[in-house]
Amino acid sequence: MSRTPAGAPLRAPWAGPLGLYHPGTSLLHRAPAGAKLAGLAVAGVVIAVAQGPFSGLVALGVAVVLQVVSRVPWHRAARGVRPVLLTALVVGAYQWWARGWATAVEVVTDLLALVMLAAVVTATTRADRLLDVLARLVRPLRHVGLPPETFALAVALLLRTIPVLAQTTHESWDAARARGLERDPRALLVPAAVRMVGHARATGDALAARGIGED
Amino acid sequence: MAVLALDDVVVTAYSPDPAGGADRVVTLLGPVALRIEERRVAVVGANGSGKSTLARLLNGLVLPSSGRVTVDGLDTARDGAAVRRRVGFMFTDPDAQLVMPTPVEDVALSLRRLPLPPSERDAAARAALARFGLADRAEVPVHALSGGQRQLLALASVLATEPDVLVCDEPTTLLDLRWRRVVDDLLAGLDQQVVVVTHDLDAAQQADRVLVVDSGRVVFDGDPTTGVAHYRDLMTNPRVGDVR
Repeated sequence: MSRTPAGAPLRAPWAGPLGLYHPGTSLLHRAPAGAKLAGLAVAGVVIAVAQGPFSGLVALGVAVVLQVVSRVPWHRAARGVRPVLLTALVVGAYQWWARGWATAVEVVTDLLALVMLAAVVTATTRADRLLDVLARLVRPLRHVGLPPETFALAVALLLRTIPVLAQTTHESWDAARARGLERDPRALLVPAAVRMVGHARATGDALAARGIGED
Repeated sequence: MAVLALDDVVVTAYSPDPAGGADRVVTLLGPVALRIEERRVAVVGANGSGKSTLARLLNGLVLPSSGRVTVDGLDTARDGAAVRRRVGFMFTDPDAQLVMPTPVEDVALSLRRLPLPPSERDAAARAALARFGLADRAEVPVHALSGGQRQLLALASVLATEPDVLVCDEPTTLLDLRWRRVVDDLLAGLDQQVVVVTHDLDAAQQADRVLVVDSGRVVFDGDPTTGVAHYRDLMTNPRVGDVR
């Protein structure tokens, strides 16, 4: 469990900026996964192409509205966005200094809107539905020897690995603190890296044992 | 019942030389010759004795360095995919086995190799979870489940595709007594042929046949009562140099 203020209930480990599926029955939960991914792709292009702070604010407004419509708890969305917010603020400060406030607002709002929209899609779409869509999308790659199921599985595993990486790092940090080694970066990085390699091997064994990706 | 056969199987591996020289080749298991046809088989042995290697051979996760392993005539080296469709494998640590974010997605992942439309796959996944008492946990994040629930989920994921044989590598080692009993009872009630590697001698006693593995060899193969007694004797009177 992650660190929380004294007296507060513990929360599940951070699941990365894209979060995990949150069960629900909202309009967005019921929407087809392909439509949501296509919408996300279109939104990405529009946000990248549109210029000026107003377009960024509109995009962020749309992302907030969709977050409300999805009925995914705000604390989940906030946890996902918080680390990106830090990056956005640093980049925004630089842009303000280098190119003025309008560019800074545009960059920050564009970045936050994109991450929020992606988080809404992953929070309202089960990973296996995403797998189905990805497998369909990359079906032409079969002609160059890449099985679509394998490609889609690789993407799903990538998403799944983000919270595992966060949890492993967190546990390694706790272990380093328990030994009074919190100031030694090796005490965090070496065990975290070793454990992630172990996790990757175990995942490979598990997939092989279940015959996944063989057909 | 399926016929699992090991013909003069030897498994070797490279091992670092403590003196810093070139890697040495060490024998992890063998030579082993076995024919398994019983419904319930328990494999017991000390840590590092080679029993997990023996279990992994049956599913093709480990291939023999020499000799041959077959499942109903299918060679694990040549027909690996077909063998794994028949032989499910359950790991000690369910976290190593569960690769999707929620239980229903993990079971559905196993079912992807069956030609089912998404809606039927979803229904089949939920039915598999319900069979193991996890219906109300179907969409809870996997990391929010207890250790026992995760092991049940691992079992549901493996059995969803209805393999003929289930190989379990110490499935209860990480569980408390209550969950150990739940998992043992579930394994005992399965229709499948089950080969279980275990340190739980009470569970081993319930098997039809017990194999005792020591230093890479099967040193006993027979009835559970004698097998467990043999293993106890081996553990309480270790030879000098055996304990590392």
